[in-house]
Amino acid sequence: MDKPLKKNPLSLQLDPNLFQPATEEEKAQQIVTRESVSFMRDAMRRLRRNKISMACVVILVLMTLAAFVLPSFYPYTYAQQDVTAQYLAPMQYSQKELAKISQGISVFPHLMGTDSLGRDYACRVIYGTRISLLAGIVSAFIVVVIGIIYGAISGYFGGKVDMIMMRIVDVIYSLPDVLIVILLSVALKDAISASKNLFIMQVGAGLISIFIVFGLLYWVGMARQVRGQILSIKEQEYVLASKSIGASPARIIRKHMIPNCVSVIIITAAMQIPSAIFTESFLSFLGLGVSVPMPSLGSLASDARSGLVSYPYLLIWPALSIFLIVLSFNLLGNGLRDAFDPKLRS
Amino acid sequence: MGARFLMYTLKRLGMAILTIFLVIMITFFTMHAIPSSPFSSEKAKSNATIAALEAKYGFDKPVGIQFLNYLKDVAVLDFGLSTAWVGSTVFGLIKSGFYYSAMIGLSAALIAIILGIILGAIAALTRGKWPDKIVQVVTTALVSVPSFVMATVLLLVISLQLKWLPSMGNQPGGMVLPIISLSLYPMAYITRLERSSMLDVLGQDYIRTARSKGLRRGKIIFKHALKNALSPVLTYAGPMLAYILTGSMVVENIFSVPGLGRLFVNSMLRTDYMMVMGVTIFLGILIVMMNFLTDVLYKVMDPRIDLR
Repeated sequence: MDKPLKKNPLSLQLDPNLFQPATEEEKAQQIVTRESVSFMRDAMRRLRRNKISMACVVILVLMTLAAFVLPSFYPYTYAQQDVTAQYLAPMQYSQKELAKISQGISVFPHLMGTDSLGRDYACRVIYGTRISLLAGIVSAFIVVVIGIIYGAISGYFGGKVDMIMMRIVDVIYSLPDVLIVILLSVALKDAISASKNLFIMQVGAGLISIFIVFGLLYWVGMARQVRGQILSIKEQEYVLASKSIGASPARIIRKHMIPNCVSVIIITAAMQIPSAIFTESFLSFLGLGVSVPMPSLGSLASDARSGLVSYPYLLIWPALSIFLIVLSFNLLGNGLRDAFDPKLRS
Repeated sequence: MGARFLMYTLKRLGMAILTIFLVIMITFFTMHAIPSSPFSSEKAKSNATIAALEAKYGFDKPVGIQFLNYLKDVAVLDFGLSTAWVGSTVFGLIKSGFYYSAMIGLSAALIAIILGIILGAIAALTRGKWPDKIVQVVTTALVSVPSFVMATVLLLVISLQLKWLPSMGNQPGGMVLPIISLSLYPMAYITRLERSSMLDVLGQDYIRTARSKGLRRGKIIFKHALKNALSPVLTYAGPMLAYILTGSMVVENIFSVPGLGRLFVNSMLRTDYMMVMGVTIFLGILIVMMNFLTDVLYKVMDPRIDLR
């Protein structure tokens, strides 16, 4: 077939020229020159370029490592008392320890001094940090799990189910949450002091009531966000398109619904963490949180008040620690919002 | 407006009343689930004494009846008798403490709102320049400081080290530090809200129109931008009240102010459950009513909001 086929202009038949084999040049255009970038990787790249966020990640990773790994190597424990070593200044040794050193036995220094009962303060601050981080992370986890399930069901089914479920959310949303946290920790404190379970006693009424209240009340924000997102995704053209080419509901949920909710979930969860940390330290400060001798940053700051003029460093360390944690989570939350939701950026 | 607005207001009011009822119910049943009796810390602790005391306070009746009685009492603001402060009614104690808390709280809220709006507007108008940057850094730091850290650090630095202000609330000028430590966090929050809402408004078409018809800059800012940028700040009124009320529990303790917050904490420590219930419900009603008022005011200020 040397000369191109001529098409009768009145013919309804297809133009045979469209069915010629592709030339080498045309084939070259189809080769993918750059790897396709998924949404997750794109967002992570944006996050990595944000210097403030990366600094926060480094600080938080270091603090988490210190809080969860360091205590097992640390030569002092948070409850170990030494009456001869009360209120030592940072790096100062007690008489007994000085005697030991003169005998040639090496003594680990009290990096942040000791408190009123002669307990090593650095160790107590590390444990307090651990409680704060635990409160933040576990609460965020609870909120994410309940919020996603509730929001997804409500958004997916829509109609009457959605209406009833959202009315319940409205009612819960309007309850004064901090008051209920306080109330529950008062009640739980009483119940826990009667219980013999060692783990519950150590963790303390405050932390458990925070977890309960987050499980009962705080997930509503997350549920609303997820529901709204699912509702709007359901109406998108690309969902219709993938339905029309025969994609199964499971595939639509996996490929379209979940990836499009991830950004909302991550942003909301990151914002939840500082509020949980605030609440825990607030309760511990009031004496409703962790049980003695377990320290929390709130209870350390509260104890520091008794010798504030003479031993101000007892306040500085826990205050600095909680400030750093909350500041890092706040800034990281902003960074995540910018990275995962470029549309929001003004 | 008109009939739809009235419907909206009534709907919100119904919601608020339902919420208050829920708060009372949750409070009542949580406190009644506590295993120990409020009188177990009593000195003369024979079983007959406790039984007599329980009969006096009505604790011997079935829980359902007790709840109905409690509801009836709360409706006329009778929260019962305090068990720790013998001879005082819960409502009397609340009234005496509320005076101080309201004074500190209102001053703190006023300072937070006024300074927050001014700073937020300045930051938005100087976007990207140094005043904006300073405001951004300071407010980011301030919203990361819990109220108890703020209050204790202020106490340490300003009254104990520099000796500029007294450390106790009952001395002259002693209310200044509690007010400052309560106002800083909401102020920073309002500044951030006002900045972003102001930036939003400044990008709108009607601002461009006003500018293109040659309106003075001052008039654009005050008449058009600031007025319209205020309504998002109003939505923070409810959360701010909740923050100030819970913050006052900490701050009043640190500065020894005889207010409601300190009373609440003391009644928790002395296991005075009637007090804890009374104060929780009292504060709960305040917060819920505040949220109701904000919802309605928000609608009045910005009629574009969809009525649902």
